[in-house]
Amino acid sequence: MELSVSLTVNGRRYDRQIEPRLLLVHFLRDTLNLTGTKIGCDTSQCGACTVMLDGVAVKSCTCLAAQADGSSVTTIEGLAPDGQLDRVQEAFWEKHGLQCGFCTPGMIFATKALLAANSNPSAEQIRHALEGNMCRCTGYQNIVRSVQAAAAAGAR
Amino acid sequence: MATTVAAPARIFGSGIKRREDPRLLTGTARYTADITLPGQLYAAILRSPHGHARIKKIDTAAAKAAPGVVAAFTGADTEGVLQCIPCAWLVPGSELKVCPYPPIAKTIVRYVGDAVAVVVADSAQQAYDAVDLIEVDYDPMPATVDPEQAVKPGAPQIHTEAPNNIAFKWTVSGGDIEAAFKKADIVVRDRIIQQRLIPTAMETRGALAHYLPATGELTLWNTTQNPHIVRFIMSLVCNIPEDRLRVIAPEVGGGFGSKIPQIQGDFITVFCSMKLGRPVKWIETRSENYQSTTHGRDHVQDVEMAATKDGKILGLRCTVWAGMGAYLSTAAPGIPTILHGLMLSGPYQIGAVKEDVYGVYTNTTPVEAYRGAGRPEATFMLERVIDRLADELKIDPVEIRKRNLIPPFDNGHDVVTGLKYDSGNYQGALDKALTHAGYAALRNEQAEARKKGRYIGIGVGIYVEICGLGPSQVAGAVGFQGGLWESAIVRFHPSGKAHVFIGSSPHGQGEETTFAQIVADELGVSVGDVKIVHGDTETTPMGWGTYGSRTTAVSGAALAVATRKIKEKAKLLTSHLLEAAVEDIEYENGKFFVRGFPDKSKTIQDIALMANVAWNMPQGMEPGLEATTFYDPPNFVYPFGAHIAVVEVDAETGVVQLKRYVAVDDCGHQINPMIVEGQVHGGVVQGIGQALWERAVYDDNGQLLTGSLADYAIPRADVLPDIEVLHTVTPSPHHPLGVKGIGEAGTIVSTCTVYNAVIDALEPFGVESIQMPLTPERVFNAMSKKGP
Repeated sequence: MELSVSLTVNGRRYDRQIEPRLLLVHFLRDTLNLTGTKIGCDTSQCGACTVMLDGVAVKSCTCLAAQADGSSVTTIEGLAPDGQLDRVQEAFWEKHGLQCGFCTPGMIFATKALLAANSNPSAEQIRHALEGNMCRCTGYQNIVRSVQAAAAAGAR
Repeated sequence: MATTVAAPARIFGSGIKRREDPRLLTGTARYTADITLPGQLYAAILRSPHGHARIKKIDTAAAKAAPGVVAAFTGADTEGVLQCIPCAWLVPGSELKVCPYPPIAKTIVRYVGDAVAVVVADSAQQAYDAVDLIEVDYDPMPATVDPEQAVKPGAPQIHTEAPNNIAFKWTVSGGDIEAAFKKADIVVRDRIIQQRLIPTAMETRGALAHYLPATGELTLWNTTQNPHIVRFIMSLVCNIPEDRLRVIAPEVGGGFGSKIPQIQGDFITVFCSMKLGRPVKWIETRSENYQSTTHGRDHVQDVEMAATKDGKILGLRCTVWAGMGAYLSTAAPGIPTILHGLMLSGPYQIGAVKEDVYGVYTNTTPVEAYRGAGRPEATFMLERVIDRLADELKIDPVEIRKRNLIPPFDNGHDVVTGLKYDSGNYQGALDKALTHAGYAALRNEQAEARKKGRYIGIGVGIYVEICGLGPSQVAGAVGFQGGLWESAIVRFHPSGKAHVFIGSSPHGQGEETTFAQIVADELGVSVGDVKIVHGDTETTPMGWGTYGSRTTAVSGAALAVATRKIKEKAKLLTSHLLEAAVEDIEYENGKFFVRGFPDKSKTIQDIALMANVAWNMPQGMEPGLEATTFYDPPNFVYPFGAHIAVVEVDAETGVVQLKRYVAVDDCGHQINPMIVEGQVHGGVVQGIGQALWERAVYDDNGQLLTGSLADYAIPRADVLPDIEVLHTVTPSPHHPLGVKGIGEAGTIVSTCTVYNAVIDALEPFGVESIQMPLTPERVFNAMSKKGP
């Protein structure tokens, strides 16, 4: 049995026939070939697959593609379509908030969700907000600095 | 009008932003899992659910009949096609027993996760569905998982070739250890469990193999730290000539040692592609990663230290049981021996050491290098027993270290294990850490807090590590089945832009930036005009890879030397073009000029053009502007540092709060301080993870109980303070740039530093040791047993 879904991803509408069990992250990566969204675990711990779903940061491995039917999704590919980095991306670059880069797309969306709710978070609030996104390279310190820099630059 | 122009800031030593970041920030970087080829199939591997069992029967019929399935293979299908997985560090004098490690188990499975069969299908989902349809009839056997227990009489035997499960026994000794202990006023002892850890690079392992039957050529995209070693080993195991094998490490999402070895899945993927003549991709799930990708540490250590009553250390004697897992992984035997035992005396003047190391087979996932690889286990041992000694003698832990540190040296110091450290100023690093942390004030604060029933602890850790692996002659002498040199090609194009090709394979450490800084600094080009190419055996020169904090130390040296060859040729060509004697040509700030006539000059861009068009070359000079260097270092490098941790333990709950962490590290000259700092942050936090949270747990049957990120606790953002990062600079005397390595430093010392702080906090309770990780339960129980 297949389902029809219609999702708007990075501003473009996609109509697809999918298996009901297909996760949103696999829909993005395998069906749409948007591989910027990463898979780092299979238990919803790591946050590498975080995307924006109707303006909310969601781990796309915890959501069926069918559940996202009719929704609007932003992935990392949608943040700098013309090559102009957005302020959060810029801040991560400026403050060395990434090393291997694998957790970075998810970190960026977790950051955007935080800044949308709190435009001037404390370091403690930032660390709390990022507890669902794991990074093995940076020790998080420069990620915290990146988020602070993004906030100072008025990023949302 | 006279103006004052500031000297241009030197690009070497400048914390510029990384050149690799834009593609990583925008999701355009391509990791192995992101690559899809036309006609690609997907492999899913069936893994043993038993720690130790005989395979009686495997039935793949139902799997083969499942939708989308193209093929299913078992170990029997690999007979005569795949060789066993080799071990590549054959430590001499250790009676090493390398037992056959088949890429797919044939008759016996020896750990949970051992590969049993593989299904190849049109989609990953179909492959996973079909794997569940394979029926395997197992005859379970008793398992053994603890390296100390596994050598005892009556323990289950894992390999007939290795009686008592002993893979090797290795001894290091220096000085007269018997005399040291005889002379001692005091002997302190400890038993340390260096628990097994799971590296957990955020990207799991995986492979994409594409075999062309018509030509016999195979291209392999692989999550690896060392593509040239992969090509070498893959050619041996799969019988593909090296010239027909291309290995590409595309973007690689962290490694920490776990992407050094070649593991079963790599060979299985290649095998499937060869059998089917189509591209086959295999990507680990995280749970699969925890079973099939290598683990780290896993030592049981008995340590004793002999000293005088003044706290002068006389000798260190230890016995170590090092768990190897069910098979010997690529570099595994060298880690608890060469990279561990030779560093026993650390930064201290210790006249005698002896260590017996037993490498032990257990029914667990194979153990490999994990960030620090052998050196954290040595540093912990030493720093722990020194604290015990300080405690026994009622001497401050800082004071006792000061009495034993090797005095500063800048060009070689021989230690008791036979190594020659390159340069060091351990006291300098310690003093800087003490001053910054405010050590005396912290001790006062601790005393005041204790009066109020609050338990603050201060931990000190000093380390020196061996890295920049290393002279190839030494590699050969210690049984490493490869070289440890690196190579670099610098190629200037007519427009003055340059390509640099290196054999090492960075995967997050930032060498695309720091290496461009090396070239920019030597030749006055812009960093943006130098592209660093790595990770593809077809385009890069031979190199042994990125591990052991060796990329900047060895590969960077190769690049510096190659760049200087370019400079020499540029000088010769400049002298020819300007009709001046070559002795009169000077170089400064990007210009080659005639001494005394700075306006009579050529830039490297001018020279690149003239060398490439070759219209007017001096007699005998070849066209082009390109240089190649194969660099074999004359010695290892020995970074060092001193760290201080401050913790508070909640007496009600046993929760450890890390309040401050001060890191003073010395990696010689720094090419990019921003990147160095990032390496320190990440390294320190990984070591803290071992002290406080991380532990791979097996039950007695060999079940991995911490089999996912839901059960294995890596550090999260909300449980850490900022790391206070400082440096001293003691250049390596033998390195062309005076640099050392920094990738592993933080991990090597932070575990013992935090551990020492917690034990210090519990001093009123009389707690002398607790097994890591120091979870609230363990800390609380230890406190409750003793009472304040």
